[in-house]
Amino acid sequence: MSSEQAKSIFLHAGVLAGLFLLQFFLPEYHHLSVTRIMLLAVFAMGFNLLFGYTGLLSLGHAMFFAAGMYGAGLSAYHLGWSVPLSFMVGIACGVVLSLAIGLIALRTTGVAFMIVTLMFSQVAYLTIVYFTTYTRGDEGLVMPESARQFVLFGQQLSLTHPGTRYNLALMLLAIVMASVWLLVRGDFGRSLIAIRENEARTKMLGYNTFLIKLKVLVVSGTISASSGAGYALMFAYIGSSFATIQYSIDPLLYTLLGGAGTVLGPFLGTALMFYLIDITSEYTSAYLLVAGIVLVILVLFFPRGLLGAVRNRWFGWLP
Amino acid sequence: MSKKIHKQIHQQDRRRTIKTLGVAAGVGLVSKYSPSLFPRAYAASEPIKIGAQFHRTGIGASYGRWYERTAAAAVKLINDEGGINGRPIELIVEDDGTDPKRGAEVVEKFATQHKVDVAYGTLFSHVVIGSSPRAGELKLPYIVVSEGHHVASGKLNRYVFQPGITDVKSQVISMAPWVAGNLGKKVTMIFPDFAFGHDHRDYFSTAIAQQGGEVLELIAIPPTETSFTRYFPRVPKDTEVLYHVMVGPGVLTFVKEMGQHFGSKRPEIFGFIDSLEAVDLATPQLEFLEGTYFWEGNPRYAQANQTEYDKFFRAAVGVDGNGASLSDPKDVSTYAHMFGCWETLFIIKQAMEACGYNSAADRPAFIEAMEALTTFEESRNHPQGSKVFNPQIHQSFGHQYISKVEGQRLNVVQKTSIEDGMYEPEGDYTKMAL
Repeated sequence: MSSEQAKSIFLHAGVLAGLFLLQFFLPEYHHLSVTRIMLLAVFAMGFNLLFGYTGLLSLGHAMFFAAGMYGAGLSAYHLGWSVPLSFMVGIACGVVLSLAIGLIALRTTGVAFMIVTLMFSQVAYLTIVYFTTYTRGDEGLVMPESARQFVLFGQQLSLTHPGTRYNLALMLLAIVMASVWLLVRGDFGRSLIAIRENEARTKMLGYNTFLIKLKVLVVSGTISASSGAGYALMFAYIGSSFATIQYSIDPLLYTLLGGAGTVLGPFLGTALMFYLIDITSEYTSAYLLVAGIVLVILVLFFPRGLLGAVRNRWFGWLP
Repeated sequence: MSKKIHKQIHQQDRRRTIKTLGVAAGVGLVSKYSPSLFPRAYAASEPIKIGAQFHRTGIGASYGRWYERTAAAAVKLINDEGGINGRPIELIVEDDGTDPKRGAEVVEKFATQHKVDVAYGTLFSHVVIGSSPRAGELKLPYIVVSEGHHVASGKLNRYVFQPGITDVKSQVISMAPWVAGNLGKKVTMIFPDFAFGHDHRDYFSTAIAQQGGEVLELIAIPPTETSFTRYFPRVPKDTEVLYHVMVGPGVLTFVKEMGQHFGSKRPEIFGFIDSLEAVDLATPQLEFLEGTYFWEGNPRYAQANQTEYDKFFRAAVGVDGNGASLSDPKDVSTYAHMFGCWETLFIIKQAMEACGYNSAADRPAFIEAMEALTTFEESRNHPQGSKVFNPQIHQSFGHQYISKVEGQRLNVVQKTSIEDGMYEPEGDYTKMAL
C-alpha cells in the first residue's frame, strides 16, 4: 500500500469514525440535521460520480432519487412490505430506471444530454402527479405505522428513534463512500476520468465509452435511488416535490460547493449548503440570494470547489 | 460552660446548614433531571413559545405574508391582554419555503432547537403532510391553518389539529345545495390535474349528484399548462354551470381565455377564491368574472351587514374594507383564509388555559384539552363565524360564504349553515396513543 493510499484510507475512515462519534456530542437539532445531511450527501455522491468523474451533467437526477423514494414508499404504503424489502424495491427501481434512461439519453452528449435528462425528469414528475390515486400526487403520502418498525439481524429497530435513523444513514453513507472510493481509484474510475478529459481519445484507445458511461449512469442512479428510498422510510413521507427540478439542481450545487470529482466533496458541500440555508433563513427571506452569491464567489475563486482547491494546492492524493 | 454550649450550638448550626445545602442541592439536581417529579414553576415573564411555520418564500409566499401579519396582530392582542396563563406569547417564525422537506426540518428545529411549546402554521397541504410525521414523532402539537382534508382524513396523527379553518371537503360539499338550487344542475368542472383539483372533482361530483344534479364533463388541466384555449371547446353546450378551481400563476390567462371563448353567451360560472387570493379583482384580465360567483372562506369586501368582530379584525390586522392593506391598497390580502391564523391562536390560548399549561411536559394535557373543545361562538376571537369542532378528527366545521362579482367587488349572496358542510368522521385520533 502506497503512503498516498494509506493517507486516503485514513482520511475517509476518519471522517466516518468522526461522524459515528459525533452523534454522542451533537445537540438534538444538529443530530437530526446531520442525519438528513448524510442521506442527501449520498444523493450528491451518486450525482458526482456522473458529473464530477465522468463529465456528464445530468439535470434530471431528481428522477432517480424519486424512483427510490416511490419504489420504497409505495411498496410500504400500499403493499405493507417490510422496511428492508421496501428499501430494496427502491434500489431496484433506481437500477431499472437508470438503465432505461441511460440507454436513451447516452445517445446524446453535452447540452443535449442535459436537456434530455431534464425532460425525462419532468416526465417522472408528471407521472407521479398523474397517478394521484396511488401517489396522492403533490400532496404525497405519510408512511404507515407498520413501516416505522422492522427487524434487522434479529434486532427490533424503530425508525422513530433518532439514534437508529442516524446510524442507518451513516451506514448507507459509509457503504456508498467506500464503494465510490474503490470505484474511482480502480481502472474503471480511471476510464471515467479519461472520458471526462477526452472521450474521443478514450474511444480511439479501444474503450467502449458508451458501455462505460451506461455502467456509471446505472451506478449513479442507483446510489441516488438508495438515498431517496432511505429518505422516504426514515422521514415517513413521499411527495412529488422531491421529483421537481429543484431536487435535480440541489446535488449539483452540493457537488460544486464541496468539490466535483472528489469523494468527500459532495458530503462537505451538502453540509455547508444545509447550514448556510438553515442559518441565513433565520435572518432574511432572501436566503437563496445569499446562497447564490456564495456560489458565484466560489466559482470565481475556487472553480473546482472547496476540496478541489485543497487537492490542487496541498493534497494531490485526495481521490 | 457557656463556651461549650456555644460550640455545640455552632456545630448544630453547621450541621443544619450542611444538611439544608445538601437537600437543596439534591432537590435542584433531581428537579433538573426529573422535571416531571418537580414541575418547574415558570416566571410570569417567561414566554410561551409558539413556532410559526409560514411560507415566506416559494409559491405560497403571498399567503405566508398575510398569515404572518395576522398571527402578529393576534399575538399582540393576546399579549396586551395578559398573554396565556399570565405569560406572554413569543412567536418564532421560520420559513418553510412552501416545501415539504424544509417544512419537516423546520418542525424539527422548533422541537429541538427553539424548544417551542407548540408549532403552528401553514397553508399548503404538501408542507403540512410532509411535516406532520415529524411533529407526531417529536410529540410536538402542530396546529395548522391549511384547509386541506388531510387532518380530517384521519391519516395524520394525534398531534396535528385544524381547529381554525374548515377543510376542503366540507367547503365543497356545502356549495352543492346552493349551486344546484340557484345556478343549475348540469355542471362541467375544470380543475388542476393534481391532488387539490382531484379533491374538488371527487367531493363536488358526489355532492351535486345528491342534489339531483350531474357532472357533464370533467376537464383536468395538467399543472404545467400555460394556455387553456384548447380545453374550452370540451365544455358541453348544455352546461348550466362551469365550476373552476384553477390556481397558480396561470389564473389570469385562464380567465382571459375563458372570456374570449364564451363571450356574452356563457353558462353560470362558479369558482373558488383560492385562485384569486391576493389578486386585485380590478385587474384588467379579470373583467370577464363580472356576474360570476365565488366561494369565500371569509368575505374579502366589508359587507353592508359587517359584524363588529369583522371590523375589529380588519383594524387589528391592518386591512381596509376592500381586503387590501391599509398602508398599500394594491397589497391585497388572503382574506378568505388568514382569519384561521387569528382564530387558531385564540384556540391555543383557550386550550392552554383550560389545562393550566406550564411547560412541554404538559403537552399531553394540552392535546386532551384541545380534544375537549366542541364549539367556538362567533366573537372577536372568531370573527369568521361560529364553528363546531369534531375532536375525533381534530377538525372544525363552519359557515361558508358565496359571493357574486359586482362592480369589481364581491358581494355575499349566501352564507351556508354549519350543517351543510358536515360529514361522517373518517377516523378517530383520540384512540391513538399520546
